[in-house]
Amino acid sequence: MSVVWENRDLFLSGFLRSLEIIVWALAGSLVLGTVLAVLRVSPVPPLQRFGAIYVSVIRNSPLTIMLFVTAFVLPELGLNASFFRLAVLGLTLYTAAFVCEAVRSGINAVPTGQAEAARAVGLTFAQTLTAVVLPQALRSVVPPLGSVVIAMQKNSAVVGAFGVGGDLFSVGARLTSAQGFAAAPVLTGVLLGYLAITLPTGALLGLLERKTAIAR
Amino acid sequence: MSAPAAVLYDAPGPRARRRARLLSAASLLAFAVLVVLVVLRLRETGQFEADRWSPLFWPGDESFPVVWERIGLGMATTLLAATLAIAFSLVLGVTVTVVRLLLGRTLRLPLIVVVEVLRGTPVVLLIFFAWRVLPQVGIDLSLLWYLVIGLTAYNFVVIGEILRAGVAALPRGQREAGLAVGLSPRQTLLLVQLPQAFRLMLPALISQLVVIVKDTSLAAVVLTGPQELLRVGSQLAEFFRAPLQAYLLVAALYILLNSLLGRLAVVVERRLSTSTGGRAPRRTALAEAAPGGVV
Repeated sequence: MSVVWENRDLFLSGFLRSLEIIVWALAGSLVLGTVLAVLRVSPVPPLQRFGAIYVSVIRNSPLTIMLFVTAFVLPELGLNASFFRLAVLGLTLYTAAFVCEAVRSGINAVPTGQAEAARAVGLTFAQTLTAVVLPQALRSVVPPLGSVVIAMQKNSAVVGAFGVGGDLFSVGARLTSAQGFAAAPVLTGVLLGYLAITLPTGALLGLLERKTAIAR
Repeated sequence: MSAPAAVLYDAPGPRARRRARLLSAASLLAFAVLVVLVVLRLRETGQFEADRWSPLFWPGDESFPVVWERIGLGMATTLLAATLAIAFSLVLGVTVTVVRLLLGRTLRLPLIVVVEVLRGTPVVLLIFFAWRVLPQVGIDLSLLWYLVIGLTAYNFVVIGEILRAGVAALPRGQREAGLAVGLSPRQTLLLVQLPQAFRLMLPALISQLVVIVKDTSLAAVVLTGPQELLRVGSQLAEFFRAPLQAYLLVAALYILLNSLLGRLAVVVERRLSTSTGGRAPRRTALAEAAPGGVV
C-alpha cells in the first residue's frame, strides 16, 4: 500500500475530481428528474407520453452509449463544450430517468384517501399538495432515491474510465498502466476512495430513512 | 387519466378538461418546434448525407453485409457475456443468501463485510481489477472472461441482497409452518422460503438482469476487447465518420434486447404464478422498491 501513500496527492486530487463529477451530476439529475416526474403525473397526455418514452429509452440503454452520444455526437452537431462537461451531462441525463421513477413512485405511494380527505375538508389544490401529499411522498422517496444516488456515485467511475481524466478511477488506471505500479495495491486504494464516498452516503441515507419513516 | 394523477386531482370537470386540451395542444406545438429545430440543425451539419446512413441501413450498399456481420458478432458476444454473468451471478447469489441466512451471528460478519464492500464498489473498477490483477497472479484468461468475472463479482451480491429482502418480506408463518411440520431450518429455507422469495422479487431480479446486459458495454470503455456490441458500434462510428447513426443503431439494438428480456419476465411471471395452483404471495411495496435496477 506504500504506492498509495507515496502518491497521496494524486489520490486526493482524484478523489476531489470524482466528488466534483458527483456533485454536478447530482444537482442536475435531481432537478431534471423532478421535472420529468412532474411531466409524468401532469394531466396533459403529450407531456406524460414524453416523460414515459424518455424514461424507458434511458432505462433500457447503457450509460456508456449515453456518454458516447453526449461526448461525440453533440459536438458533431455543433455543441461545443469541454469533454468534462459533456460527460457529466451524459451522466446527468442518464441518472435523471432513475430519479424521475423514484419520485413518481413516491407520489404513487401516497394513498388516494389522503388527497381526497384534504379536498373534503376544503383545502385548495396548492394546500393539498404542499401540506398533505408532498410531505408524505418525500418520505417514501428517500429509500429508492438513496439507491439511485449511490448508483450514480459509482457510475461516476464510468465517466472517469470514459476519459475525463483526473478522477479516482483515472488515477488508478494511469498508475497501473502507464507507470507500471503493481495493480492490486493501487486499485485497492481506488476502491477505498469510492467506499469513502458510498458508505457514508449509505449510512446517512439510512439515518434519514429512519428519521422520516412513518407507520402506515 | 393515469393512477398518480388520480391522487392529485379530482375527476376533471368541463373547465379542467378544456384546460388540459389547451395544454396538450401547446405542448404538442412546442415539441413540433423542437423537432423542426433539431432537424434543421442535423441538416446544417450534414447528418442526412447518404454516405452516413447507407452502410448501416441500406441493404444495397457494398459495405452493408460486412457491417451487419460485425454487428451480429457483436450482438452474439454481448449475449454470451451477459448469459455467463447472469448464470454465475444467480448461482452465487442464491448460495450467498443461503449461507448468510444459515450462519450464526458471528460467522456471518465477514460475509457481510465482503457484501458491503462489493456493493459499494463501481462495476467498472471490478472489471478493471479483474483485468489487471488476475494475470499478475497467474490467471490468464481472454478479455471476455475478465468482463464476466467483474460483472459477476458485483451482481451476485446485488442478487443475493434482493433474495434476502424477499425472504424477509415473506409472512413469518411460512417459516414457522415449515419448522412445525418437521423440516430442518435448511430445508425450510430451500423448499419454502427461497422459492417464494424468488417469485416475489422477480421484477427486481429482472431489472438486475437488464442492468447486467447493459453493463457488458462497459468493456468498450475499460478493456481492450472483446468485440461486443458497443465496441463494434464505436468502430463503425469512427470508420464511417457517422457517430450519430452508429450510436443510434446500437442504442436501438440494446433497447430491443432489453425489452425482449422484460417481455420474457412477464411470461415467466405468469407461468410461475399459475403453475403451483396456490395463491401467489401479494407483491409488497418492498418488492417494488427493491435495490435492483438502478445502475
